[in-house]
Amino acid sequence: MTTATATSASGVPIKDGAPLLELDDLAMHFKVRGDGLLGRKNKRVQAVDGVDLTVRAGETLGLVGESGCGKSTTARLITRLLEPTHGEIRYQGHDIAHLSERQLRPYRREIQLIFQDPYSSLNPRHTVGTIVGTALRTHGMVSRGGETARVQELLEMVGLNPEHDNRYPHEFSGGQRQRIGIARALAARPKIIVADEPVSALDVSIQAQVMNLLEELRRELGIAFVFIAHDLGVVRHFCDRVAVMYLGRVVEQGPRDELYGAPQHPYTQALLSAVPDIAVARGMPPKSRIRLEGDVPSPVDPPSGCRFRTRCWKAQDVCAQKTPPLEEKAPGQVAACHFAEPMTSLAA
Amino acid sequence: MTDQTTRAPQTVARAARAKRANEEPYLEVSDLHVQFPTADGLVRAVQGLSYSLPLGRTLAIVGESGSGKSVSSMAVLGLHDAKTARISGSIKVGGREITGLSERALESYRGVDAAMIFQDPQSSLHPYFTVGDQIMEAYRTHRRVSKRAAKARAVEMLDRVGIPNPRRRVDNYPHEFSGGMRQRAMIAMALVNDPKLLIADEPTTALDVTVQAQILDLITDLQRDFGSAVVFITHDLGVVAEIADDILVMYAGSAIEQGPVEKVLGTPLHPYSWGLLESVPALTGEPAPLHPIPGTPPSLLAVPSGCAFHPRCEFRDRVPQDRCRTLKPDLLARTADPGHTSRCHLHEPDQVFQTDISPRLP
Amino acid sequence: MLLYILKRIVSAISVVIVTLVASFALFFLAPTDPAGVICGPRCTPTRLADIEQSLNLDEPPLEQIGSYMKGLVVGRDFTSGGVTQHCDAPCMGYSYTLGQPVTKLLKQAFPVTLSIVLGGAVVYLSVGILAGTIAAQRRGTTLDKVTVGTTLVVNSFPYFVLALLVALYATFLPQTGYHSFLDNPLLWASGLVAAWLTLGLANAAAYTRYSRASMIESLGQDFVRTARSKGVPHRRVVYRHGLRAALTPVATIFGIDLAFQLTNAIFTESIFGLPGLGMLTLRAFAQYDLPTLLGSVFVGSVALVLMNLLVDIAYTFLDPRVRLG
Repeated sequence: MTTATATSASGVPIKDGAPLLELDDLAMHFKVRGDGLLGRKNKRVQAVDGVDLTVRAGETLGLVGESGCGKSTTARLITRLLEPTHGEIRYQGHDIAHLSERQLRPYRREIQLIFQDPYSSLNPRHTVGTIVGTALRTHGMVSRGGETARVQELLEMVGLNPEHDNRYPHEFSGGQRQRIGIARALAARPKIIVADEPVSALDVSIQAQVMNLLEELRRELGIAFVFIAHDLGVVRHFCDRVAVMYLGRVVEQGPRDELYGAPQHPYTQALLSAVPDIAVARGMPPKSRIRLEGDVPSPVDPPSGCRFRTRCWKAQDVCAQKTPPLEEKAPGQVAACHFAEPMTSLAA
Repeated sequence: MTDQTTRAPQTVARAARAKRANEEPYLEVSDLHVQFPTADGLVRAVQGLSYSLPLGRTLAIVGESGSGKSVSSMAVLGLHDAKTARISGSIKVGGREITGLSERALESYRGVDAAMIFQDPQSSLHPYFTVGDQIMEAYRTHRRVSKRAAKARAVEMLDRVGIPNPRRRVDNYPHEFSGGMRQRAMIAMALVNDPKLLIADEPTTALDVTVQAQILDLITDLQRDFGSAVVFITHDLGVVAEIADDILVMYAGSAIEQGPVEKVLGTPLHPYSWGLLESVPALTGEPAPLHPIPGTPPSLLAVPSGCAFHPRCEFRDRVPQDRCRTLKPDLLARTADPGHTSRCHLHEPDQVFQTDISPRLP
Repeated sequence: MLLYILKRIVSAISVVIVTLVASFALFFLAPTDPAGVICGPRCTPTRLADIEQSLNLDEPPLEQIGSYMKGLVVGRDFTSGGVTQHCDAPCMGYSYTLGQPVTKLLKQAFPVTLSIVLGGAVVYLSVGILAGTIAAQRRGTTLDKVTVGTTLVVNSFPYFVLALLVALYATFLPQTGYHSFLDNPLLWASGLVAAWLTLGLANAAAYTRYSRASMIESLGQDFVRTARSKGVPHRRVVYRHGLRAALTPVATIFGIDLAFQLTNAIFTESIFGLPGLGMLTLRAFAQYDLPTLLGSVFVGSVALVLMNLLVDIAYTFLDPRVRLG
């Protein structure tokens, strides 16, 4: 088992609490072919546009937002499956944004990704032992003889029967497959795991099992998490800090309790109030409701200024002209809104 | 610029919703069995399901994948292929028996007396036909009206479900609509013939949460106007709390708990329902640890003996004589409330909930 | 859309040019000397030189390609034995062995092949799509199994065996032979029926399987369930909703198949004695008739890029989600 003491990729120990991962003005613009009559009006999808985020060792940062907000692209940038158009990705102080595949190798081991779909991310022709074993060998984590023992140890760690290492992915249920994915990520002894919707394809009861497993691993191994989900309850349960994204930008970020208890940004408020709450049926007073109209605009042609303004009930002329910066509105809580004010009635 | 934004936040009390419940059931399902013979054996997807639903009420059917919630609702619409599905029992809609109807008779029933909307509006609409064409087809299949009249009706319905610019939008293809608009169009299509029964199969699962809220509001609103009966299939207990009057919890093909929403979510009586509640992280209050149900749902090829839930149940030891394993409990009222039933041998389940479960909930 | 088609045509032309240059090069790199073949075993050096000059084989290869291309666009002059002949554009030279302009030979042969291939297509498309649709609807039944089995049996026969069997046993069919459609449509059709049936039935097997697979997928789609839930009658669900979506992939295969059949109808033509492109190419090949071979290559590559373009354009009509741009 690894210990929680953090060391850098080059083996130099880092100070506790120092940032492990910093995203600085990160942007990812995808080119799409325009369909104008005059041909090449190449458009750009601003999937991620100027994101600043920090994750400290052992910390969990939640990323929430609706489809098209850029949370999955951010995950792919952090794990360098994509190369950003602009900005820095600093891992333990080293900018890895534009490193070559070879230079990335030591970082690849320490930054692992867990996918949403446990069905498609496992090679159906390989046994579980091979899948986890390959990860061990790729990262040079084990000697030849110790591989089987380590695979079985990892399977046990994620709550699978270690004797099932010779079975194929299709012989497992959805929740078990997600456990295999987690075991594969753990094989590299990562410092940070980026989990992209890791439980949203699972049934409720299974979802809770996997959540508990992740929590246990975080506690025991001291792994930092970037936890991406659209389910606000799941994020609240798992994360220390939460960032809310809308159309490629972070609109609000703060400690979990502050963000859920007194959201500052109108979008965060609307998002929280839109989640159907089971507590209503258990006799709690209904929370106040904000209903946004329409859908999220296309990221190809986002609104000027504040991107949320087209759906915002507080919007004024200034919102179209000036992009609101992320400003501290409460201790540790930043929001990008010209008219931010906390709303506490959501926490009934 | 701000004209398309909402008014200031408002408070809507769910409990204030008028319940003009006509107690005469419009939909009556009794002892429904749906089985699929396969190469691996007989899949028992629904086993002895019974429920009834009057006009003006919403019944939520809750369960995980493989619980039989979708299969049973497809049977209500007669959508199962007679060659691959074995259906027994009775389904009465507006007093008329649906099981055993010929395909031709079913065709004139579907869309008229009962209609359905599905989980993924993207794949549920035909990509090659315009939204208007598809709504008009639904209308003209059952009525001898001109194309012009049908198109006017399609525009009217699109307007009713809140699609801006319906006159122009009616000629759009589904891919030109956003996800939320597609689901609105699906609803318009389902309601074009004023069906008295609407079955909504996870209609908001594929949507974003702010759009989900809009669609839930729309369904509630339409139901109030049309006074129809709604069967709402979902796995999301929050959605149930928001939209349903009654709830039916399914597990491994059987109803295991049934009753009014406040009762079933407030004082659930079945250990599976408890497990579901303890698996959902709360949005408010002190974050509580999750207590997931151990194990996985059973295969429908080999449903456990006795109570299908017993292998995963942490309370089975409290029932004497191994009854959970050997005897399938009946769906009965277990407390003083006759409208709240549960399929569990446990003695005084309401007491067990209060002492063992309630303190663990947020 | 227009701009798109224009762009595609430009790229199509360049594909044709590249094909031509490549085949030119391949012919010249080949160790066989065409003049020697034409000259025959009792060849004198003077005669050989004469032949080489008349065929322009004495020019450097690049120049030959140049004048060939020029001939295609504006026509060119040929001098042979002191006599100069003008060959109108599109000029592809003269057949070494027949002494006729290749363009004229192709003009004669192409309608024959086109008639065979299009008539065959009508047969295999209608039989294949219908059989595939019916089999898909009754998936798993005896009818379905028999259909699939039959297609496998048909496909396991080499094509020429099928053609021979039709030629030998289907004696009740009218005498084969090619007559111009413009002169006598009835005679045209009766002379081709045997070829249509052969080509049609052989390909119908494959199209039955394509359509069946495509239909099974399409009938399993959510939108088919939606149509049923609206109460749309079964037949309409299958043919309007299911088949409509199932046809798109079939159309893609059809476009490519058609292009290949235009250049690969050799068996059909030779067994039924129809003087089409395949026969022309076969003869040219046997006699090392380079200009005629090049002409066939030209027609083949044009057919291929043209069908590709047509398939892509057809897509915009078949599937509204596809927008060219």
